[in-house]
Amino acid sequence: MAKRLFIFLTLLAVAAMFFDFASHFRPADKLSPLAEHYVAEGPQELGAANLVTAVVVTYRGLDTLGEVTVLFLSAAGVGLLLAGRRKREDAEPQEDLHPSSELVQTAVQFLLPIAMLFGVYIFVNGHLTPGGGFQGGAVIASGTLLLFLALPNAKLHHGIMGELESFSGFGYVLVGLLGIFLAGGFLDNRFLPLGDFGRLLSAGAMPLIYVLIGLKVGTELSVVLERFKGE
Amino acid sequence: MTIELLIALLLCAGILTGGVLAVVLHGTVSAIIAAGLASLFAAVLYVLLAAPDVAMTEASIGSGLATVIFLYAVNRTRRYGDDSDD
Repeated sequence: MAKRLFIFLTLLAVAAMFFDFASHFRPADKLSPLAEHYVAEGPQELGAANLVTAVVVTYRGLDTLGEVTVLFLSAAGVGLLLAGRRKREDAEPQEDLHPSSELVQTAVQFLLPIAMLFGVYIFVNGHLTPGGGFQGGAVIASGTLLLFLALPNAKLHHGIMGELESFSGFGYVLVGLLGIFLAGGFLDNRFLPLGDFGRLLSAGAMPLIYVLIGLKVGTELSVVLERFKGE
Repeated sequence: MTIELLIALLLCAGILTGGVLAVVLHGTVSAIIAAGLASLFAAVLYVLLAAPDVAMTEASIGSGLATVIFLYAVNRTRRYGDDSDD
C-alpha cells in the first residue's frame, strides 16, 4: 500500500513540474542571439553547406569529442567484460551457430556493399547533406550486422579494427590540436582552405574530421556488435 | 486540421503505444521489438519536423543497433535456475 502511495505521489510531483513547464511555454518566434549568429555567419565563417555539421563539428566540437570519448569508453567496457567471459568458454568448444537460409545469404551479398558504401557516402558528405560521422558509422555497423545475420560464424579482424579505431581517434585529436596552432582554437576547421561553398572538398578540416569520426564510430559499433554476438 | 498535423499526431500515438507496450508486455523479446518500434516512429516524426540528421541517428541506432544488441544480450542471459541450453 505504501509503495502504491509513493508511486502516486511521485507521479503527482512529476505532473506538477511538467504543468509548470507547460503553462509557461511560448513557442519561440525568433532565434536566440547565439543561434542567429550561427545561422547568419556560419556559412561564410566556416564554409559548410550543412549548418548542423558546422555547429556539431566546429562551434560545439568539444561536445562531439566528449561523445566520441563516451562511445570509446563504452566499447572498451563491453570488450573488457565480454572478452573475459569468452576465455572461460574456451575450455569447452562450442558448436557452430546455425547458418542462415540461402535467401538471407544471397540478399546480404547484394546489400552489404551498398550498405557500406552508403555509410561512407553519409560521412564523406557530412558537411553538405544531412548526416555525418555518427550516422555514417552507424550505417556501417548496420552493414556489419547484415554480415552477422547471413554468416553467424563470421569474425572481424581485430588487429585491423583496433588499429583503424586508434588511428582515427588519434587523428581526430591531432586535427583538433592543429586548429589551436594554425587557426583560431581547438577543433577550428579553418587551417585548411575553405574552398568553394558546397563542393566536396570545402569547409576546411570538416570533411577530414567527419571521415575520422565515421571510421571510429563504425569500427567501434561493429566490434561491440561482434562482442555481443559471441563466438 | 492539416494533413501534416494529422500524420504527426498518428506518429505520436505510435510512439506512445510502442513505449507503453515495451513496459507492459511480459515477453522480453516482444518488449524489445516494441521499444524499437517506438524509436522508428520517432525517427519518422523527426523527418517531419525537419531534423533529418537526428532522424538518421534515431533510425539506425535507436531502432536498429540498440534493438539487435538487446536481442543478443537477452540471448546470452538465462533465467535463474534454468539449466537448459536455450
